[in-house]
Amino acid sequence: MSAAAEEIPTLPSVPAELEARIDEAITHYPPDFKRSATLPLLHLLQEHFGFLGAGTEEWVAHKLGLEPVNVYEVITFYPMFRRAPAGRHHIRVCRTLSCALGGSYELMRQLCELAKIDRSHATHHAPVSNAADGKFSIEFVECLASCGTAPVCMVDDDFYENVATKEAAAQILQRYE
Amino acid sequence: MVSLVKHPHPRERRLVFKNVDRPGWSPDIDTYLQDGGYDDLKKGFGMKPQEIVGEVKTSQLRGRGGAGFSCGMKWGFIKPDEKKPVYLICNADESEPGTFKDRYIIHQDPHQLLEGMILSCYAVNARLAYIYIRGEFPEGARILERAIQEAHARGFLGKNILGSGFDLEIFVHRGAGAYICGEETGLIESLEGKRAYPRIKPPYFPAVLGLYQCPTIVNNVETLCNVKHIVRLGGAEFAKIGRPNNTGTRILCVSGDVQKPGYFELECGAVTMGELLNDLCGGPKPGRKFKAVIPGGSSAKVLRADDTYKIKVKQPDGSMADQELKFDDIVLDFDSLAAVGSMAGSGGVIVMDDSRDMVWALNNINEFYAHESCGQCTPCREGSLWMKKITDRLAGGYGVAADPRTLKSVADNIAGRTICAFGEACAWPVQSFLQKFPEDFAGAAAKNELPRGARTALEALNPALAAAAAERH
Repeated sequence: MSAAAEEIPTLPSVPAELEARIDEAITHYPPDFKRSATLPLLHLLQEHFGFLGAGTEEWVAHKLGLEPVNVYEVITFYPMFRRAPAGRHHIRVCRTLSCALGGSYELMRQLCELAKIDRSHATHHAPVSNAADGKFSIEFVECLASCGTAPVCMVDDDFYENVATKEAAAQILQRYE
Repeated sequence: MVSLVKHPHPRERRLVFKNVDRPGWSPDIDTYLQDGGYDDLKKGFGMKPQEIVGEVKTSQLRGRGGAGFSCGMKWGFIKPDEKKPVYLICNADESEPGTFKDRYIIHQDPHQLLEGMILSCYAVNARLAYIYIRGEFPEGARILERAIQEAHARGFLGKNILGSGFDLEIFVHRGAGAYICGEETGLIESLEGKRAYPRIKPPYFPAVLGLYQCPTIVNNVETLCNVKHIVRLGGAEFAKIGRPNNTGTRILCVSGDVQKPGYFELECGAVTMGELLNDLCGGPKPGRKFKAVIPGGSSAKVLRADDTYKIKVKQPDGSMADQELKFDDIVLDFDSLAAVGSMAGSGGVIVMDDSRDMVWALNNINEFYAHESCGQCTPCREGSLWMKKITDRLAGGYGVAADPRTLKSVADNIAGRTICAFGEACAWPVQSFLQKFPEDFAGAAAKNELPRGARTALEALNPALAAAAAERH
């Protein structure tokens, strides 16, 4: 386990507006099966805070009547959840076959160069690499289901197709502050 | 999402993709209603639920997610007098590499999916349904949520829909980046708020013991959309589209080394491999030849473009005879692709030309499966990683002569020994690439001999790299 994983910043207090959205999400499931709301709650917390801070397990478990370990095992299973801050804007580059045929490894190199990110320490359990200035972070992800317009990437929730040149990659990054 | 408007190819028959890239079309409910939207729902409510199940059986519709299982038979497992609640789940996890069809339905025509879902829920008497959408489709999730709100406001969802006495709620549930959630029992576990560990069958057939241990129907996005068209046309009329046992249309998604990649909705079996790749997709890139095609998502066995295939063909007198088939002449439907030893799968066709090294390609696929194995069954959890390590060193120039044999033995010991079909999904690419392209693998392996007593090939050949790799894992 890396040093970063041991020092997870604490989950800040959950504002009332966010908690109201969380309470609404729980109503999507039968009252006896509130556990189903685990993924939606983790999504809402990560979208708001940028990552799942220490204490997320306890907070969600308390909300849903679970044990913290039930939440912990979910956080560690799903690749989209992270325990440490990413950049202000998070880039996901598709790594899988069709995008690789279309040049996604080259795209990854170009994006890292443009966003000044060192990816040499990325591993299976810590796939996200952050820029020193905190603006961007990046990771390889598996198939984004747009293989006909390879290579593709996402910045935050925005989706970009046919990013086949360095100019195209640079234009995308310019949109973000 | 920025999407380039692409006009349908003349050979296409747009049924499910009728509104995809349609000029002037938008995903809101008014556009949909002006085009006759939800009329099929009204027609469906005029029928008894069992009549709709009957029409779906007559239509011979097969699931579009990958397995090709009969949709009517799946629905038939739900008892009409079931006492437990019945659930319906739309599998919108679209995560099989090479597949990109559900994305366009969700983003551009969400109400078609909702109409198909409402009809399907009415048919199997489900009062609560979920759309399990992959986490990487955040905009798709928002579009669906907006569509559900619109449908609610117009009385197509909620209590006593259109005065039918039928109540239904649909919710969107987002995944979080795990491929295994496309497997229906893994999906159910995930929807229950757990790790997506697939359940063992028997007893956990979703139609018997599914979500919350209740009978559950899990259908793919494209399958549910087809239900709307079956209600509109009638099962018998729908079955006239395509070929017997391969009815309806199929959305083929072509990616990789062709001039014009993209999606094509075609009558099932209407084109051959050669027609798809050369006529619809513009052939290989200049100066190149096709080398390999994966016809149904990355789990499907690879086909070699310069091979001939032997298939059994029924003769007019009823006997069976062998027939030789060129790669270009393979018909693209469920049964024909199974006959040549692969599968139609999810419709994702990945094409590679003669500039590609098959060791590199397989290594990319192996990395996918090693990353996505859920870790529940030992052969798959360990084996998928071993296979990736072996192709990694072959592709990196550190392979040894025994590697292709070792690779095959690992794959052979995964398939058939796991709870879910992921075992086959990760073994089939390895087995088929080795079988179809032995020269690529022998070439990569022949470079080195493993010194006696060495623990791993990498350790023997490049101790510094081995040490660095060990530190990273």
